[in-house]
Amino acid sequence: MDSVTFEPSARTPLSAVAETGLKIVVVGGFGVGKTTLVRSVSEIRPLNTEEVMTEAGVGIDRTAGLPDKSTTTVAFDFGRISLSERTVLYLFGAPGQERFWFLWDRLFSGTLGAVVLVDTRRMSDCWYAIDRLEHHNTPFLVAVNRFEGDTNAFPLSEIRQALALPDHVPLIDCDARVRASGKNVLITLADHLYELAMARETP
Amino acid sequence: MSRRPVDTGDPDRLYTITGGRSEAPDDLDLVSLIVSECEPARGMQSEHVRILKLCRRPAAVVEIAAELGLPVAVVRILVGDLLAMEKVTARHPRAAPAVAELPESSLLLEVLDGLRNL
Ligand SMILES: Nc1nc2c(ncn2[C@@H]2O[C@H](COP(=O)(O)OP(=O)(O)OP(=O)(O)O)[C@@H](O)[C@H]2O)c(=O)[nH]1
Ligand SMILES: [Mg+2]
Repeated sequence: MDSVTFEPSARTPLSAVAETGLKIVVVGGFGVGKTTLVRSVSEIRPLNTEEVMTEAGVGIDRTAGLPDKSTTTVAFDFGRISLSERTVLYLFGAPGQERFWFLWDRLFSGTLGAVVLVDTRRMSDCWYAIDRLEHHNTPFLVAVNRFEGDTNAFPLSEIRQALALPDHVPLIDCDARVRASGKNVLITLADHLYELAMARETP
Repeated sequence: MSRRPVDTGDPDRLYTITGGRSEAPDDLDLVSLIVSECEPARGMQSEHVRILKLCRRPAAVVEIAAELGLPVAVVRILVGDLLAMEKVTARHPRAAPAVAELPESSLLLEVLDGLRNL
């Protein structure tokens, strides 16, 4: 009945004085490379967990004999980057499909920003994510994960047009498997967030 | 692979673990860092024991969920119990004094520097 399997976990504990957890979310369609990106920059092996939401929208309720009908489960994985002894950045890889956004406020409110990963062979997979991020006022950038099979080799300018991305949204290429490339994605996002904050703070 | 089965297919089991409650502290974020303030004691619920052991060093709510193989909602309730019993403390993302006083741009600059130094 209890089918939980625990791998021996090679847990790397945080610094004892860690006090601030920060969030960045990587969203995108199925198989676009979210987990790969998280893994390439994370200091821990990506961990997987999930959130269950009942129809009522909070917690785990006794669901009067209809458990399957009234609960939604969304799985996501995450990695971790210790930015300093005190500050830890958590990087979440999350699906962009519809039901996921019901959990956005609950899970990812307070997120610094988001990375939208795009595969040019299935560009439309990210439309919904971009729309929702705009709706939630979450700053984001779009990173094109170039697969070898990316024979179309769309230039970024065409992708910007196809996604109807405004000029102020950063759009870059990446290879999710390469740590330096993943790091560059995060730095570009952080730089963008910093610019936005500066613009807000200096009227 | 990183994916591993998490047993949530059994609402009865979750109901048992949480005692049927669905209320969790509102301010318990996915990345609130939980720290044990005491050692587990005899007779405690096994999930509470595991959380206390895990949080000898700070661990985020989401890390606890992954380690215990339980949904985040359930872990929020369990951590809420331990908070109410003052057996753990929580360092909330926004409540950290060093952060609350800084303008947002300073925090982001810290993030940027941290990433560049990786
Ligand atoms: N060639 C190539 N393969 C990649 C790249 N990024 C990811 N992959 C592969 O693509 C497959 C899917 O990558 P994942 O990281 O699992 O994608 P995901 O978005 O997490 O997928 P789901 O969680 O299932 O939606 C894996 O086999 C990766 O090894 C890339 O840049 N180039
Ligand atoms: Mg994945």
